[in-house]
Amino acid sequence: MLKASLSSKVDPRDAKLSMAHFYVAFTALLVGGLAGLLQVLVRSGKFQLPFGIGYYQVLTVHGVLLGLVLTTFFILGFHLAAVSKTSGTLTNKQRTVGWIGFWIALVGTVMAAVMVLLNQASVLFTFYAPLKAHALFYLGLTLVVVGSWFNSAVIIMKYAEWRRANPGQPSPLLTFMALINTLMWCVATIGVASTVLIQLLPWSLGIVDTVNVGISRTLFWYFGHPLVYFWLLPAYMAWYVVVPKVIGTKVFSDSLARMSFILFLLFSIPVGFHHQLLEPGIDPAWKFLQVILTFLVVIPSLMTAFSLFATFESFGRSKGATGLFGWLKKLPWGDARFTVPFIGMVAFIPGGAGGMVNASHQMNQVVHNTIWVTGHFHLTVATAVVLTYFGVTFWLVPHLTGRTLTKKMNKLALTQGILWAVGMTFMSGAMHAAGLLGAPRRSSFSEYGGAAQAAEWIPYQIAQAVGGSILFIAVLLMVYIFINLAFFAPKGEQEFPVGEATNQAEKAPMVFENWKLWLGITVLLILFAYTIPFIDLIQNAPPGAKGGRFW
Amino acid sequence: MHMHKFEKIWLIFGVTALLVFLTVLGVSAFYLGNQPPSCLATVDPEKVDTTAPFNEPGLKKVEGKDWDYELVFVAQAFAYTPGDVEVPLGAKVKVIATTKDVIHGFEVAGTNINMMVEPGYISELVTTFDKPGEYLVLCNEYCGSGHHMMTSKIKVVE
Repeated sequence: MLKASLSSKVDPRDAKLSMAHFYVAFTALLVGGLAGLLQVLVRSGKFQLPFGIGYYQVLTVHGVLLGLVLTTFFILGFHLAAVSKTSGTLTNKQRTVGWIGFWIALVGTVMAAVMVLLNQASVLFTFYAPLKAHALFYLGLTLVVVGSWFNSAVIIMKYAEWRRANPGQPSPLLTFMALINTLMWCVATIGVASTVLIQLLPWSLGIVDTVNVGISRTLFWYFGHPLVYFWLLPAYMAWYVVVPKVIGTKVFSDSLARMSFILFLLFSIPVGFHHQLLEPGIDPAWKFLQVILTFLVVIPSLMTAFSLFATFESFGRSKGATGLFGWLKKLPWGDARFTVPFIGMVAFIPGGAGGMVNASHQMNQVVHNTIWVTGHFHLTVATAVVLTYFGVTFWLVPHLTGRTLTKKMNKLALTQGILWAVGMTFMSGAMHAAGLLGAPRRSSFSEYGGAAQAAEWIPYQIAQAVGGSILFIAVLLMVYIFINLAFFAPKGEQEFPVGEATNQAEKAPMVFENWKLWLGITVLLILFAYTIPFIDLIQNAPPGAKGGRFW
Repeated sequence: MHMHKFEKIWLIFGVTALLVFLTVLGVSAFYLGNQPPSCLATVDPEKVDTTAPFNEPGLKKVEGKDWDYELVFVAQAFAYTPGDVEVPLGAKVKVIATTKDVIHGFEVAGTNINMMVEPGYISELVTTFDKPGEYLVLCNEYCGSGHHMMTSKIKVVE
């Protein structure tokens, strides 16, 4: 049965559901990318927004569309396709649940987008209370999350069905990975759903006057850090399972890949305080505990780095490579399905190192809320993750639409990846440098009353505008490639590459499928890291904040 | 579950490096006292102007404490009070800040002075101004349309 499902195509009905998600994702990329271009231009000091449009409104569009909409819709679409491919076609009931989820999330997205465009919600994508957006903005975001829960239910149902049909067998690797990411998402979204439904929505509707800022932020960041792993793990799925097949080799180790995903599930959530290190109201000992838990994801990250480069090296050597780095020459650099995600992997090395600085108990103070942080996550999510999504798009979209990636498109895709790398080197590099000098993130162009220090930042802001403009060209290319692959590429068969494990005989230990155990440990770690400081925040709460609309 | 020999070496090396790193952070935090600003005191955000020490923003000499001065800042959209202040070179200063409305940042560019200011909470940190010059204070947490205009100035004078 496993063999049969591996060789088959994703069912056209499931393909349609996946593609629906991708249309939304790439629309978000186009509009969000344009917003990004406007921002870097404004911040260069040489350009002003027309028609009285506010910088922070554009910034909200950029963050919501790229940070929330592009990622969430792409991930849901990719999960569905990966599970349908490796565990079999969805049942009609599962697919219906998936469509309901899609429409709920889309309605929510449109509601939030309309409020942002009407300037009723210029609160950025983190919507920190007590900046008070229109209630429909919060309701829209809630619907996006609720819709994602329906799609999560599809993944969980399909997994359960596969396990029932194959007792005693480890689930297909891609399904297992999609399930882990889904479970992490479900546990994490409880936090953001709680603050929005219990605190922000009643307050924005005028039912209550004030909001407890400390609790709202803590619930937000309980969700906010697993959110970044929710973005990252689909890229890891592609790195572990897809890329080896693309270059024509096997998955380095099925069991170790599963173990690293389990570790991500455990250590992604009880770590939100490392985003709140400089905040009052939280005892520093609890901050430190969460710093330690944060750093434990270093272990699965090192495992991932090892297994990827081991895959590449053993492939190169099997092709006769010699010397320490001779295998690099044997890699299929002309194949965008490999090269574009590979650029992403490389970007993740400085991205991860910068992340360690950010999460360090003390060093955080040097960079917190400076544009260094913006530079950091443009390396991680906006390069490593997004270029891998693009690398997936190059084969997944034609696979789903019954078309092929032509030589010409492949070439364009390579150009796209290289332009992205060049643009991001300028933009992210300049952001890191300016951040170390103190330039703040999330701020419009300002000379800060003619301060000499602020004048030093302006050349870096011009470099950001140069990089950002190159990136926008890369965005346009990517949207063009997507439209080609979705509607115009020649009909044909495009492979859905799923790598097989090196040692098929060695079955993954069944303990990895024991969800009572792994979810149990996840919950225990969360309770351990959060219970006491959270009770402290409630018991020692100051009078609430009224807040309001400040834009 | 099989693990390659090189992978074992790599992980042992990596985990050891991690432990050393975390130990350094821990010793710095708990033995040397380098903790991030984490004041636990609160204030009614509606009564900031009438609550000490925020009723008298600015620099004040204090006696019998571990620091020589207290520098009190009140943040509100889109300004800090005081708008500029002079601090004697070499002074050990406790910076105390809060906000009357939404969340703000309190960053002194070019230094390690950086903390969040949240309604209802008091933020504090102790620092020594050991380089003369004019330092830009700015808001580094988005607070509304005038966020990038929100500044103050600290002059460190001999």
